[in-house]
Amino acid sequence: MSAANDKSTAPRLHIENVYKRYGGRTVLDNIDLSVTKGELCIVVGPSGCGKSTLLRIVVGQEQTSAGDVMIDGEPVALPDASRGIVYQKYSLYPHLTALENVLLGKILEYPFYRRRSAIEAHRDEAMELLTRARIAEHAGKYPNELSGGMQQRVAIAQTLIKRPRIVLMDEPFGALDAGVREDMQVLLLELWEAYGMTVFFVTHDLEEAVYLGTRVLVLSQYYTDDRGPAAGPARGAKIVADHALPRRAMPTVAKSAPEFTELVMQIRHEGFDPAYLRHVRDFNLEHPDAFQTLTPEEDGHAVSGAESSSPSSPGRETSAPSPPGRNASSPSPPGRGLG
Amino acid sequence: MRLPGFFGVHASPSPRMRWVLALAPFVLLVAVYLTASHFRLKDNPDDKILPSVGQMVDAVDRLAFTRDERSGEFVMLQDTLSSLQRLTIGIGLSAVVGLLLGMNMALFPGMGITLIAMVTFISIIPPLAILPIIFISFGVDELAKVMLIFLGTFPLITRDIYGSVKAMPQEQLTKALTLGARELQLVYRVVLPQVMPRLIETVRLSLGGGWLFLIAAEAIASIDGLGYRIFLVRRYLAMDVIIPYVLWITFLGFFFDWSLRQILQRRYRWYQG
Repeated sequence: MSAANDKSTAPRLHIENVYKRYGGRTVLDNIDLSVTKGELCIVVGPSGCGKSTLLRIVVGQEQTSAGDVMIDGEPVALPDASRGIVYQKYSLYPHLTALENVLLGKILEYPFYRRRSAIEAHRDEAMELLTRARIAEHAGKYPNELSGGMQQRVAIAQTLIKRPRIVLMDEPFGALDAGVREDMQVLLLELWEAYGMTVFFVTHDLEEAVYLGTRVLVLSQYYTDDRGPAAGPARGAKIVADHALPRRAMPTVAKSAPEFTELVMQIRHEGFDPAYLRHVRDFNLEHPDAFQTLTPEEDGHAVSGAESSSPSSPGRETSAPSPPGRNASSPSPPGRGLG
Repeated sequence: MRLPGFFGVHASPSPRMRWVLALAPFVLLVAVYLTASHFRLKDNPDDKILPSVGQMVDAVDRLAFTRDERSGEFVMLQDTLSSLQRLTIGIGLSAVVGLLLGMNMALFPGMGITLIAMVTFISIIPPLAILPIIFISFGVDELAKVMLIFLGTFPLITRDIYGSVKAMPQEQLTKALTLGARELQLVYRVVLPQVMPRLIETVRLSLGGGWLFLIAAEAIASIDGLGYRIFLVRRYLAMDVIIPYVLWITFLGFFFDWSLRQILQRRYRWYQG
């Protein structure tokens, strides 16, 4: 765990061997994930695969059944100011105006009788965020007087004022009209660049994922492993693919480019097709930060003997030390155009 | 197409028609009363069951605008002040206790699990059934009356606040923690301002019960108060006093309800419902 514990080199977000079970049902099955500072990391997956559960675990709203979540090498559990969050709804407080909603994170740093001076001291900062989010002219309105898109602009500004180390977003644009959604995507990219944000973004919209992300994780329950078919419902979702995407300045029209649509289709194939089951050893984990720690049950061959096609990396077993975990343990195909 | 003025589900009465319709039952009631009163008094001028308007005005003049010979006070004013004092202390106490209990029970599971069954149990006890216990425990003075109002109204306020805080999305609580809120800040600086309008709403509804318990307590053991007066003059069949008192209580109830609604509309513009 030396890499994770060393603060200077520790990844912004590090999750290892995380399980989430509800009763007898496993939702998240041995999740390993490492996100570098500044990444715009998107999680996609079929509905019900547990991507929102994963996000709620990262923010601390739910606890893992096993395994740790670390921010900058420090284990975290309950929600605190290290992680900011933007939900699809309910991010804003109905009794506060847009400006007060943004200021809340600062107001809470002051005792209640100094609310006025807190507002005075941070008004400019809050207004700047609202201006950046292009919602400043509605600063005095209550959330119920704002449209869905406007509310999400405020919600993003509200989160940013605390400068969280990672911003979690749970389908933040899922309830918006197509046009508004594109505006919001552009806005998010702008803010991401301006503030050097690290973003962990859950969506079910593959085009949004490929358009926004510098990295796209595919979480899915459609895979096989050496636990055999008997494991059936006891088996939860894993990260079955991990794509690195070049960060290019893309106009929204890029969504119709061939390589764009090709990648969208590939991801749909990898994660959303119940008939397409890859073995855990063969996941397409091409991102340099990707790593995988498989249990002996999941990867029977690694125990019985080495197999040429799957070089057993040190990160193979639960108990194995993890710093090496940086390399994908599967022989990932070189190009992402491959299916 | 012209919609009908009165009949059918599509009826859309004009603004003036709305006033006429709303006032009609009141006018009818007054008319029936006056007619019945007129005929009874014609038969027997000493009849006390349906006094004339003049008799009621005389009674109000005697009680409200003339100093009482013995006490030197204006009786109706004194009754009103005593009753309102009991009602506001009782309901005020209920509101404060209900708010604090309900909110903390909803946010701290340990407290909620410990207390919710008890609060539910107390809320189901009919307060008037334990009236004797209250008078025995708290004496027959002000405290007992305030306690009856308090015990009658606080369980429902508590349960209502508990329910509405429980119904707040978990996201809001998590969000506050990610904005740096500590637990007590979460309770008193994020949740409290949000449930205030709900509290006003609940108090509005509880005032009805509050009046009931007030008048019951005053009827049984008191030396002044609106309920006391009504039950005192009942012995003499003094309907000329009872009817104006009932109208006055109704007006006071309406006034409180209206005031609270005004506060809701002015101070809590964001609140709907």
